[in-house]
Amino acid sequence: MRTTTLPRPRGELTEHLFSALRAGGDFRGLATKTTGDDAALALWVLHELHYRGLTDIDDALEWDPQLLRVRRQLEADLEDRLRSRFHAPAGLSFVEDALDWIDEQDGPSLARHVHRNASRDQVLDLLAVRSIYHLKESDPVAWVVPRLGVRAKAALMELQYDEYGGGDPNRLHHHLFELGMEASGLDPAYDAHLDAVPLEALEQNNTLSLFGLHRRLRGAALGHLAAFEATSSLPSRRMAEGLRRLDFPDELVEYYTEHVEADAVHEQLAVRTICAGLLAEEPELEGDVWFGAYTCLDLESRFAHAMFARWGIEERAA
Amino acid sequence: MSYEHPDTIVCPGGPMLVRDHPDSDRPVAAVCRCEKSARFPWCDGTHKVLPADQRPS
Ligand code: FES
Ligand SMILES: [Fe+2]
Ligand SMILES: [Fe+2]
Repeated sequence: MRTTTLPRPRGELTEHLFSALRAGGDFRGLATKTTGDDAALALWVLHELHYRGLTDIDDALEWDPQLLRVRRQLEADLEDRLRSRFHAPAGLSFVEDALDWIDEQDGPSLARHVHRNASRDQVLDLLAVRSIYHLKESDPVAWVVPRLGVRAKAALMELQYDEYGGGDPNRLHHHLFELGMEASGLDPAYDAHLDAVPLEALEQNNTLSLFGLHRRLRGAALGHLAAFEATSSLPSRRMAEGLRRLDFPDELVEYYTEHVEADAVHEQLAVRTICAGLLAEEPELEGDVWFGAYTCLDLESRFAHAMFARWGIEERAA
Repeated sequence: MSYEHPDTIVCPGGPMLVRDHPDSDRPVAAVCRCEKSARFPWCDGTHKVLPADQRPS
């Protein structure tokens, strides 16, 4: 299995952190607080120690107390930023109302742009940037499983089993994306495009890892899952049609058509069995479930704005 | 304690979930009830864009 090569640093923090990782640790963070790209990339790399590891970097650093302290500070800053943007919808029940509430949130849509207007280069750029998510699709959520009660745990596994191909590696979702990238002439390793990934996409990723790695945030992880699944089926159809319009290979189209059908199931499961199970067992987590769902949509809309700006597209026209 | 684990779940306004559907490889399938799916008999989310009175109850 290919591990992740350290990307180019994006500032003082990542410069020092990456040198320290190469030297085997001993890094206590910087005296001043870091934000933006530099902080997001540092956190992304520190999380990567928990996924597949970093090329030529000692695996034992995954549990290095000094690095964990740096990671923790970056995560706390991220969580503060996310919470400060969150407005809880008033008077709604997640299990009853979340799907309708999600439908009513109207963010900018990259899928709609791909469907009708995007150029081939824009789509290749989008695929490269999204690959850091799609190539580990479902992995952050897998960390939540042991932290759940019986109902939510069984329900989550019913969904995850489908994400992981029902036991067939050829149907495993992140592998389907890999095949699609390969057929489209893109390097399918998730470090291959890291230097091109904007802050907003790093933060989407870091948020998933944050929610997955902290038992305390299990409610947010499952709320995020619900919002993610509930905004996938129709956009995946638009993606598939746009990719066909631009003559992308079947392997890639297939990844999206699989998600049209799979996520029409998953969105229902995420709300009606997974979050319903969680909230029956731990009703006090309702606020966190909303926080996760809100954050998922908020991050996606920031990401879409960033991509339109990167392509020089005036959004009303998109 | 034993839990409810029905073979089918009706989703208001949307599909019916069916566990171990004989025509599907998925652990759970979503069977379209609005009859507007482009991937009929499976739900493809089309029910969400239908006017309220055309959505299955
Ligand atoms: S019930 Fe979902 S498309 Fe018909
Ligand atoms: Fe998936
Ligand atoms: Fe899914």
